[in-house]
Amino acid sequence: MFEVAVSKRRGTFHLDARFESPTPGVVALFGRSGSGKSTLVHIVAGLLDADAGRILIDGRCLLDTEKGVKVPPQRRRIGVVFQDSRLFPHLDVSGNLNYGRKRAKAPFFVTLDEVVDLLGLTSLMERRTHQLSGGEAKRVAIGRALLSQPSLLLLDEPLSGLDASRRGELLPYLERLRDELAVPMAYVSHDFDEVLRLATHLVLLDRGRTVAQGDLTTMSLNPDLRAIIGADAVGAIVDGVVLGTDAQSGLTRVAVGRNHLELESPGAVAGSTLRVQLLARDLIVATSAPRDMSVRNVLEGTVRDVAADSGGSDLITIDIGGTLIIARITHAATRELQLAPGRGAWVLVKAVSLRGYATPKTV
Amino acid sequence: MTMWLSADESRALQLSLTVALRSVLFSLPPALLVAWVLTRRRFPGRTLLDAFVHLPLVLPPVMVGYLLLLLLGNRGPIGGWLQREFGIALVFTRNGAAVATAVMSFPLMVRAMRLSLETVERGLEEAACTLGAGAIDRLATITLPLMMPGLLAGAVTAFSAALGEFGAVITFVSNIPGETRTLPLALYTALQTPDGEAAAARLAIISFTLGLSGLLLSEWFARRVRVLLGR
Repeated sequence: MFEVAVSKRRGTFHLDARFESPTPGVVALFGRSGSGKSTLVHIVAGLLDADAGRILIDGRCLLDTEKGVKVPPQRRRIGVVFQDSRLFPHLDVSGNLNYGRKRAKAPFFVTLDEVVDLLGLTSLMERRTHQLSGGEAKRVAIGRALLSQPSLLLLDEPLSGLDASRRGELLPYLERLRDELAVPMAYVSHDFDEVLRLATHLVLLDRGRTVAQGDLTTMSLNPDLRAIIGADAVGAIVDGVVLGTDAQSGLTRVAVGRNHLELESPGAVAGSTLRVQLLARDLIVATSAPRDMSVRNVLEGTVRDVAADSGGSDLITIDIGGTLIIARITHAATRELQLAPGRGAWVLVKAVSLRGYATPKTV
Repeated sequence: MTMWLSADESRALQLSLTVALRSVLFSLPPALLVAWVLTRRRFPGRTLLDAFVHLPLVLPPVMVGYLLLLLLGNRGPIGGWLQREFGIALVFTRNGAAVATAVMSFPLMVRAMRLSLETVERGLEEAACTLGAGAIDRLATITLPLMMPGLLAGAVTAFSAALGEFGAVITFVSNIPGETRTLPLALYTALQTPDGEAAAARLAIISFTLGLSGLLLSEWFARRVRVLLGR
C-alpha cells in the first residue's frame, strides 16, 4: 500500500492531498496543470518539505510530521523520473545508469542487463547524453531510476515534451515495466490516454485537493473526472475477458457483463483481460432490439440513471449485467425514448470506435 | 631559457612559478567555499561578504600588503600565533609571498567559481539525491565535475595574476633575491639598476608570454570541457 496524506501552503496555493493505492500497481495522479501534481511529486520524493502529513510505502514510513520522522531524499528509495529527464551531462549513458545502481540501498530486484534489455538501451550505452533524442533520454532516465532499486518509481509526466510519435514509442516500454517488474509506480499526468493505458488506480487532483480516487473502472463514471477531461473524453472503462479472435473478420470478442463486445485488438490472447473504453459520445441507445445493421456491437441492459449534462445533452447510465456504461444523447432523444431508470435499453457501438488495451496483470 | 637569462633572473622565474602555484593551492579551497556560500545561501550580511571578497580589486595593493603585515607579521595576532604554535614564519618568506598573491587574486578565483556554479543546474543535484547520493557524494560526483570549466579557468587566471603581483608582495615580504624576489620585483629591481635595461626587457618579455599563455590556456580548458559536456 502506498499511503499519502500531506498538506503544504505555498503563497496562495494550498495542497491537501490524501490517497491510498494498492501495491504493486500503477497509481495515476491525474489533474490539469496547476493542480499541484508537481508539488506533490517533490514532497513524496523529499525534495520539498510538507507542512504536515504522512507518507508510507508498504508500511515503511518516509514522513510523519507528528512523530518527527523525515527520511532524507537520498534514503527514501524513490526512483524519480523528472519531466526534463535530468541526465548527468558529464557522464555517458552507461555512467548515468550506473549512478543509481552503485548507490542502491536495497536488495537488487532488477539487474543492469535486464533494464538495458527492457528499455532497449543496448545501442545507446556509449553515447553522451546530448546525443540522445527526447524519447531515448527518457528511457535512460527511467532505467537510471529503476537501477537504484526503488520501492516506488515516481514518474512526473514522463511523456510531456515528446511529440505524438515519440509518445507512442515510449508507452509500450512503460507497459512492460508495469507488467514485468513488480515495482509500484506513481504516474503523474494530465493526459487521460496515458492514464487509460497504464493506470490501475486513479487519483484526481483539482486545485491542490484530491477530489476522488478509486480503480479505473469505477472512476471512469465519476463526475469529477468528467469535469477535468471534458465531455468528449468521457466514457466507461470496462475490463473484459478475451474470448478469442475471429480468423475471418479479425475482430476480437470480449465478454463484458452479460454481453460481449467485438473490436479490433491484434495480439489479444484468449483468456486474458482487455481494458476497453466506450466513449459516451460514440454510444447509440435504442429501446427495442435493433436488427439489420452494420453495427457489430449490441449490448442489452437496463437504464440506471439519467442525468442532465452540459450543452443540451443527457448522460444515461446503463447496467449491462453487472457492468455500468454511460452514453451521451440529446435531451430530445431522452424524451422521445422516454428513458428513465428501470427501462430496458440496447446500446449500440461500432467496433471501430472501440479501443482495447492489455490490462495490467495486477488487476 | 636559462641560456640567455642570468642565474638571478631564472631564479626569479622559478620562484614566481612556485609562489603562484602555492598561491592557487592556498586560495582554491576557501574560494570554493565562499563561492558556494555566496551562490547557494541566503543570509544576512551576504552583500557585505560579497563586497569584502572583492576588496582586493579596489584597494591599493600596498595597503593590502600593509594589512597583511599587521595581521600576519611576527607580532601580529595571526602571524604571532602561527610562529608560536607551528613555527611558521610568513614575513620575508616565499610562503608569505604566496599568501599575499592568494589574497590579491582571491576575487578573480571566487568570481570564476560563482559563474560556473551558477551554470550547474540544481535539478541535477536533486536527481543525484533521489538516486541515493548524500551531500558530499553529490559535491564530488556532480557539482565539482560540472564546475570544472570554471574551476580550471579560475585557477589558471588566478595563477597568471599571481605571477604578476607586485605591491602586496613587496610590502609584505620585501624584495629578497631567491626568496621573495618574483618576476615583477626582479623587473622593478632591474629598472633601478644602472645598465639593467637589457635584463628588464628580458623579464618583461617573460612576464608578457606567461600572462598571455595563461589566459589562452584557461580559455582552451573552458572550451574543451564544454565540448566534452556537449554544451
